[in-house]
Amino acid sequence: MGLKQKTADLKKRMREAVKGGGTKAIEKQKAIGKKTARERILAILDPKSFHEYDMFVKHAGTDFNMDKKFLPGDGVITGTGTISGHPVCIYAQDFTVAGGSLGWAHAKKITKIMDHAMKLKIPIIGINDSGGARIQEGVNALAGYGEIFYRNTQASGVIPQISVILGPCAGGAVYSPALTDFVFVVDGVSKMFITGPEVIKTVLGEEISMEDLGGAKVHCETTGNAHFYAKDEEECFYQIKELVSFIPWNNEIKATPYPKKSPKTKKYNIPDIIPADPRQPYDVRHIIKAITDDSEFFEIQELFAANIVIGFGRISGQTVGFVANQPLVLAGVLDVDSSDKGARFIRYCDSFNIPLVTLVDLPGYLPGVDQEHAGVIRHGAKLLYAYSEATVPKITVIMRKAYGGGYIAMCSAHLRADFVCAWPTAEIAVMGPEGAANIIFRNEIKNAEDPDDMRKQKVKEYKNKFANPYVAAAYGYVDAVIEPFETRKFIVHALEVSDHKDIIGPKKKHGIPPF
Amino acid sequence: METIKEKPVETKRHSYKSLLVENIKYRTHLTKKYINRTLYKPVDEKMVCVFIPGTIKKIFVKKGRKVKEGDRLLVFEAMKMNNDILSPIDGVVESVNVKVGDKVTKQQVIIELK
Repeated sequence: MGLKQKTADLKKRMREAVKGGGTKAIEKQKAIGKKTARERILAILDPKSFHEYDMFVKHAGTDFNMDKKFLPGDGVITGTGTISGHPVCIYAQDFTVAGGSLGWAHAKKITKIMDHAMKLKIPIIGINDSGGARIQEGVNALAGYGEIFYRNTQASGVIPQISVILGPCAGGAVYSPALTDFVFVVDGVSKMFITGPEVIKTVLGEEISMEDLGGAKVHCETTGNAHFYAKDEEECFYQIKELVSFIPWNNEIKATPYPKKSPKTKKYNIPDIIPADPRQPYDVRHIIKAITDDSEFFEIQELFAANIVIGFGRISGQTVGFVANQPLVLAGVLDVDSSDKGARFIRYCDSFNIPLVTLVDLPGYLPGVDQEHAGVIRHGAKLLYAYSEATVPKITVIMRKAYGGGYIAMCSAHLRADFVCAWPTAEIAVMGPEGAANIIFRNEIKNAEDPDDMRKQKVKEYKNKFANPYVAAAYGYVDAVIEPFETRKFIVHALEVSDHKDIIGPKKKHGIPPF
Repeated sequence: METIKEKPVETKRHSYKSLLVENIKYRTHLTKKYINRTLYKPVDEKMVCVFIPGTIKKIFVKKGRKVKEGDRLLVFEAMKMNNDILSPIDGVVESVNVKVGDKVTKQQVIIELK
């Protein structure tokens, strides 16, 4: 064979591989509103940037007549490419090939591209669309999952890991996404669960649809397993591109800086947003937008534990992670879910050199038996742990209420915030005035002729004396009391001077956070 | 320089509920999860329930029988396992609500004690 024939042979082989599971299977995939694995990769990456690896890998099954079967690429497509110029490694399970089932060679392709990402120190994106383990390959399929989980753990905090659930992801397979940093789901397409509706019905007699058990909405709203919810795959790909623009390629560098821009202060003007009465709500995301470049805020886990807001924005072109109490939802209290959500994000930012800005306005912790019994103590402790442990620049803005344990938890000076500023509207106190007055002046109130009147008077007294930022400022727990409009200026300066912040903690293998 | 003042972003004000934290009433939205939370009910140890659906295999007690804490009341099969259901308290069997072979559902009261 000459070069010409050999080239023709190569092209023929590539055509075969690209067919995936064949026309029929592809039609089936499209009929339920799903793109093919290859289309998904091409839609996420920059045009013409995708370079595929291991196109001709053969599956490893020998039992049950599997050796006679041809599975193109063994049901997974892997390679490298760029997203707006940022390099990434990527893989996509191909449901049209044997239901995207995971066999040994399939797993080998995934682990190879993961190892590659670790060597190159660039993010890895995994698109999950698989029926699960390839049963015919037995324990080798399980070994494949185990190899992936181990690498997920090793890569955690070294390179960004992004999981995209675009089909079923059930049983053991769910643990790869669960170990990664960000999980994207699409309405009606993503299905994640450990045991499916069938098993639950047989064993427990509970009837539930797949969507209600482990659909996109459930994982975004209720379980908190997913971070980004999209109506369709297009929206999902757009979100992935956005995210990649905010995060660094690995834990040794900072996120790529963008050109500086001013916030849209006409639309987002802090004095117009914030009510003076600490019991009145407002949307804290508007405050964030009043601070960030171009008033852009990329929110994470928008639908889960909405009483805390987390996400990325840029200040002077630099990526910053925001953690903010949300008075609009549950008055912005801390509870099991919001502590969990906040703590994990703080650890993400700390791992990837992203400075933290904390906006504080909370009444305390959510009261209730359900909260106590769900372990609000250990979950709440995660937030303290994450803030104390973080060594990136930490900037705290106390806007209004900062009462009790909530004050300490929200990146107070005591947890080693580097810069703490408070607005004149801040109330930093051991507890809310009503509660405090009731305890301190218990006898005066009880013995008064008109206890209600006395209570009101004492609450007022307490408020006047303690519901302000100046008591904390007098002890140096607040570095500066500033006017709200100066907040961005304060943060810009804090970031400028803390560029070389370096903290060396005590020698240890790793801490034991209250998981 | 004169600046044109745009209207600040408004949020829906009418749908606020109130939430009480440390004697202070806050106006705010509630989450679905918060509204649907299960309210705490004290456990009544006299009402012996099963925690998983299954089948009654054997019954050791009858109405009027005195039992001690830890005595076997019945054997109940669930998830391919025979589970001994033990008496949580010292008492007397008030009623046995099942018979051998019955299929029971989660949280069903199978024996009442007094």
